[in-house]
Amino acid sequence: MEHYNMNLTLKVWRQKNASDSGKFETYPVKNISSEMSFLEMIDVLNEELISEGKDPIAFDHDCREGICGACSMYINGRPHGPWHANTTCQLHMRAYKDGDTVVIEPWRANSFPVIKDLVVDRSAFDRIIQAGGYISVNTGNAVDANAIAINKDNADAAFAAAACIGCGACVAACKNSSALLFVSAKVSHLALLPQGNPERKTRAMNMVAQMDKEGFGSCTNTGACEAVCPKEISIENIARLNREYMMAGASADK
Amino acid sequence: MKWSELFTSSIGKKWVMALTGLFLIIFLIVHAGINACIWANDGGVMFNKAAHFMGSTVVIRIAEIGLFLGIFLHIIQGLMLEFQNRSKRKKGYEVPMGNKGSKWYSRSMGLLGTILLLFFILHWWHFWVPARFIGHEELTEIEINGVHMHNMYNLMQYTFQELWVVIAYVIACISLCWHLIHGFQSAFRTVGVSNSKYMALIQNVGIGYSIIISLAFAMMPVSMYLGWV
Ligand code: HEM
Ligand code: SF4
Ligand code: FES
Repeated sequence: MEHYNMNLTLKVWRQKNASDSGKFETYPVKNISSEMSFLEMIDVLNEELISEGKDPIAFDHDCREGICGACSMYINGRPHGPWHANTTCQLHMRAYKDGDTVVIEPWRANSFPVIKDLVVDRSAFDRIIQAGGYISVNTGNAVDANAIAINKDNADAAFAAAACIGCGACVAACKNSSALLFVSAKVSHLALLPQGNPERKTRAMNMVAQMDKEGFGSCTNTGACEAVCPKEISIENIARLNREYMMAGASADK
Repeated sequence: MKWSELFTSSIGKKWVMALTGLFLIIFLIVHAGINACIWANDGGVMFNKAAHFMGSTVVIRIAEIGLFLGIFLHIIQGLMLEFQNRSKRKKGYEVPMGNKGSKWYSRSMGLLGTILLLFFILHWWHFWVPARFIGHEELTEIEINGVHMHNMYNLMQYTFQELWVVIAYVIACISLCWHLIHGFQSAFRTVGVSNSKYMALIQNVGIGYSIIISLAFAMMPVSMYLGWV
């Protein structure tokens, strides 16, 4: 694709801290290369803000290669911007043309409170994982990796579910602020494998209980989560979790 | 899981919605089947007999209690879900997502359901309340094969002479169609069908069911208004 430069207008959510009410600020950015990444474009703007003595825009990022899930931006009405199966850090400026206006907002959900500007607190996800996203492994010699036969389809489905990077785009996209795609990916990933069997029931029940405690909404299968998920986690996982949860709940003693 | 979690946990609530929704889906087949007797072209004899059977059979009267419980659970749970889910994002987006990723009707189940609820009130007032409790001057008595029964057919014909009533019923049927196009397949996902082979089938059957049932119901007032039966 041919290289070009562009001038854009950014409308960015600025909020000093969790208790500040926050507002949009408009910034013109000039001479942005089509080969830059979206975050590099923000870096350029931040350099300018710093040289003018202003507070740079705070945003989450770490790997910048689509694997850590840190970069959370809701861009022109879509989490992670316009591209399919993509993270914000992997979005490139060739998605835009000269003169475009780009509105950048943080994830919005009560369970993801804004800390500063575009940075939200996603520790609710960590607590959900702590509630059941683990397996028991005996100590002693490492078992040969091929000692337990696993059906190929299950292995593939578990692997696909394990691809979830916990970015929270599913929550950001959902009209109910439901975290069910994330939780279903975490539960499916272990429920499909024999290694996940010992904690199978408590995992489904405890992770869902923690999810509810964190204040996420209830899923109504709209599919917005699946559409924006950078890792293409399928909503089939949600159906699997619904089943896991009810089976576990119905057969539990309490 | 405690029993109460069926009504308090997010997935428990989904199950209640799905099971009551599926129950209503089955009920609608029976309801549409009986009402389709108006098209028998016999001056309402077959329809009146069918309606009498439904109203006078003990087992069906007991099932009716279950039906009302199911409807009320679905409505109350549905409205609570809608309000609770809306409260989970106090500050919304400047640029809404709109149709990027989901269909309008899947996001409008609460609205479509509320239109259905308003319709139910009208519908019960038109037929169920007169037949069970207070009677109606157009709900005459007739005798078919020596059995005395209500002439529900007559009440239907009387009710559907009013244009606004026909329009209200047709609007309700359109809402029902959209509610079901999302609801039918969603209910199966909710009860745990994750197999893509079945989901493809369920999706198509759901669309077919929604259109056929809604069209059948909508044609009843229309047929009577236009004097086809
Ligand atoms: C004969 C009438 C009705 C039928 C056949 C029906 C059927 C269904 C079905 C199958 C679902 C999907 C459940 C799921 O996703 O697991 C559903 C969802 C829903 N219904 Fe109904 N429904 C009816 C009337 C109503 C009424 C009167 C209301 C409310 C006043 C209502 C409110 C809702 C809501 C809010 C949902 C969304 C829940 C969700 O998507 O998970 N419905 N309905
Ligand atoms: S399911 Fe997808 S959108 Fe949700 S947290 Fe995981 S990777 Fe992100
Ligand atoms: S910064 Fe790691 S996924 Fe975007």
